[in-house]
Amino acid sequence: MAFEGLAERLQGTLNKIRGKGKVSEADVKVMMREVRLALLEADVNFKVVKDFIARVKERAVGQEVLESLTPGQQVVKVVNEELTALMGGEQSKIATAQKPPTVVMMVGLQGAGKTTTTGKLANHLRKKHNRNPLMVAADIYRPAAIKQLETLGKQLNMPVFSMGDQVSPVEIARNAIAKAKEDHHDYVLIDTAGRLHIDEELMSELDDVKELAKPDEILLVIDAMTGQDAVNVAESFNERLGITGAVLTKLDGDTRGGAALSVRAVTGTPIKFAGMGEKTDALEPFHPERMASRILGM
Amino acid sequence: KDYRKVDEEFFEELEDILISADVGVNTVMQLIDELKDEARRRNISQAEDIQPVISEKLAEMLQKEEDESELNMQKNAMTVILFVGVNGVGKTTTIGKMAHKFREEGKKVVLAAGDTFRAGAIEQLEVWGERAGVDVVKQQAGSDPAAVMYDAVQSAKSKGADVLLCDTAGRLQNKVNLMNELEKVKRVISREIPDAPHEVLLVLDATTGQNAMSQAKTFSKSTDVSGIVLTKLDGTAKGGIVLAIRNELDIPVKFVGLGEGMDDLQQFQADQYVHGLFADVLHEAEEAAAERE
Ligand SMILES: Nc1nc2c(ncn2[C@@H]2O[C@H](COP(=O)(O)OP(=O)(O)OP(=O)(O)O)[C@@H](O)[C@H]2O)c(=O)[nH]1
Ligand SMILES: Nc1nc2c(ncn2[C@@H]2O[C@H](COP(=O)(O)OP(=O)(O)OP(=O)(O)O)[C@@H](O)[C@H]2O)c(=O)[nH]1
Ligand SMILES: [K+]
Ligand SMILES: [Mg+2]
Ligand SMILES: [Mg+2]
Repeated sequence: MAFEGLAERLQGTLNKIRGKGKVSEADVKVMMREVRLALLEADVNFKVVKDFIARVKERAVGQEVLESLTPGQQVVKVVNEELTALMGGEQSKIATAQKPPTVVMMVGLQGAGKTTTTGKLANHLRKKHNRNPLMVAADIYRPAAIKQLETLGKQLNMPVFSMGDQVSPVEIARNAIAKAKEDHHDYVLIDTAGRLHIDEELMSELDDVKELAKPDEILLVIDAMTGQDAVNVAESFNERLGITGAVLTKLDGDTRGGAALSVRAVTGTPIKFAGMGEKTDALEPFHPERMASRILGM
Repeated sequence: KDYRKVDEEFFEELEDILISADVGVNTVMQLIDELKDEARRRNISQAEDIQPVISEKLAEMLQKEEDESELNMQKNAMTVILFVGVNGVGKTTTIGKMAHKFREEGKKVVLAAGDTFRAGAIEQLEVWGERAGVDVVKQQAGSDPAAVMYDAVQSAKSKGADVLLCDTAGRLQNKVNLMNELEKVKRVISREIPDAPHEVLLVLDATTGQNAMSQAKTFSKSTDVSGIVLTKLDGTAKGGIVLAIRNELDIPVKFVGLGEGMDDLQQFQADQYVHGLFADVLHEAEEAAAERE
């Protein structure tokens, strides 16, 4: 493994402390340094880490830790609790509009997993919620993006709405929603092209699609392997569009996935799903507390 | 002008810059220690005097020989390049760009559609083949990628191609069966042309954090990676983990991806890359200086 777990990391510090009768503030400081390292190695954004450590330190120099018989374990416990709280304690579900269809927009950087997740989400809504979603191919830029979504539709035996790549995404969305109403689809899942958060032209295209489609849910699809830049991405997409949640993909890998914490911390929106593989059934509801342990390597 | 002191605060800021570029905390701390020593040894106290030392050190770390970002091209035979990497990093797009580059150099290029798994992967490579004006060897979706590779080598040979670029499906490095499949793909190529593939390029997404190290380790183990293509550097991510990868595994970066267009591929230049690492800071400093004037 590329990164040792926090528990393991703390062991060294713990051993030093064990010989002493009491744990001092200085010892806590040393431990906090280890926690900081563990979080940074897990790709949690360094600014998020700074704030986090400040908060944990406050609790850790309190009586609950210093007077405990197992101060090392206590620190780990405090860290874990704070981390889970920061991850957003409760599990969060996908929105349902008062008046169908519920419109969901999938947005994010190139290659994050939007198209694949669109297929997975359609499958999830049908299987787990007995819904009848319409997938919409609104990526007119990436080579064969439409074909990719159509292929997923065929695999799932579910409809995909497309108008080719010569029509604007706004126009596609307008027609798709009309079609969904006509055919009594209760969800409309709009797959958009990957784009950089600093690409003014393409970001303003998303504004236009949002304006027209009035989505109930704008999901930022983000790769779990993302590093420090996750905050910039999440912040930009959120400021621009007001995302309602995130999907963390490729969690079937061996990444610690600290990006989850960064996204959550800067947007305040919940992570709703986790992508756990390439196949259309590999989507799971996101569990904040499991993620907290994963980030710490426990 | 900003007469900044080289003090604790200076190094803390440098640490933040490097960490936010995904260099990785261990490498950063090692670097900072070395720089502190260097500053002491050379009696440097002004920030502007240590800046070139930092740049030089990082560039040296990334590029040890002038020509190491050159591809290993065969003189009188076909060059085979295998592209590997995790999902969605930019393998297929990089192949499209590279096909275009070789075509412009007047070479005959063939592409092998070795991703038979992902929805629309073959069609995506075909679009790139059309754009670049090169042939694509493919089989049906779902067929054995090793069989596609065998076909592609034969076909490229008989066409008298100069370069064969082999696409593979994205795979996470912890999937043992998929890594075995990749080894088999490589083996098939080597069986047909003994010293091929002449390059195994690991495509890394600059947005990726510390997991890129694990990617480099595992892909190297199974396919003996010869170079890195660092994509998506047109965003705000810096891909600083390549420093740690170079440091630990000694794999050089050969190309960088700077966009989704056909021309958005450049041979790697260490000094330019290092400049990019500090671009935001330099920019901020310049703006601050301009404001004072
Ligand atoms: N292992 C794994 N792979 C995934 C997951 N989600 C998506 N992928 C893969 O990631 C790659 C990119 O997925 P896409 O769905 O094409 O990503 P995208 O965001 O639509 O990409 P663009 O449209 O090019 O921006 C593909 O190889 C997918 O199979 C996941 O949860 N686990
Ligand atoms: N901005 C930017 N986007 C890029 C770059 N390289 C590739 N992309 C985009 O990233 C996405 C994924 O690229 P692909 O070439 O499909 O990646 P891949 O590694 O072949 O993906 P899989 O085969 O699914 O594993 C596409 O939307 C590309 O257009 C780059 O240098 N900059
Ligand atoms: K990615
Ligand atoms: Mg897509
Ligand atoms: Mg590909």
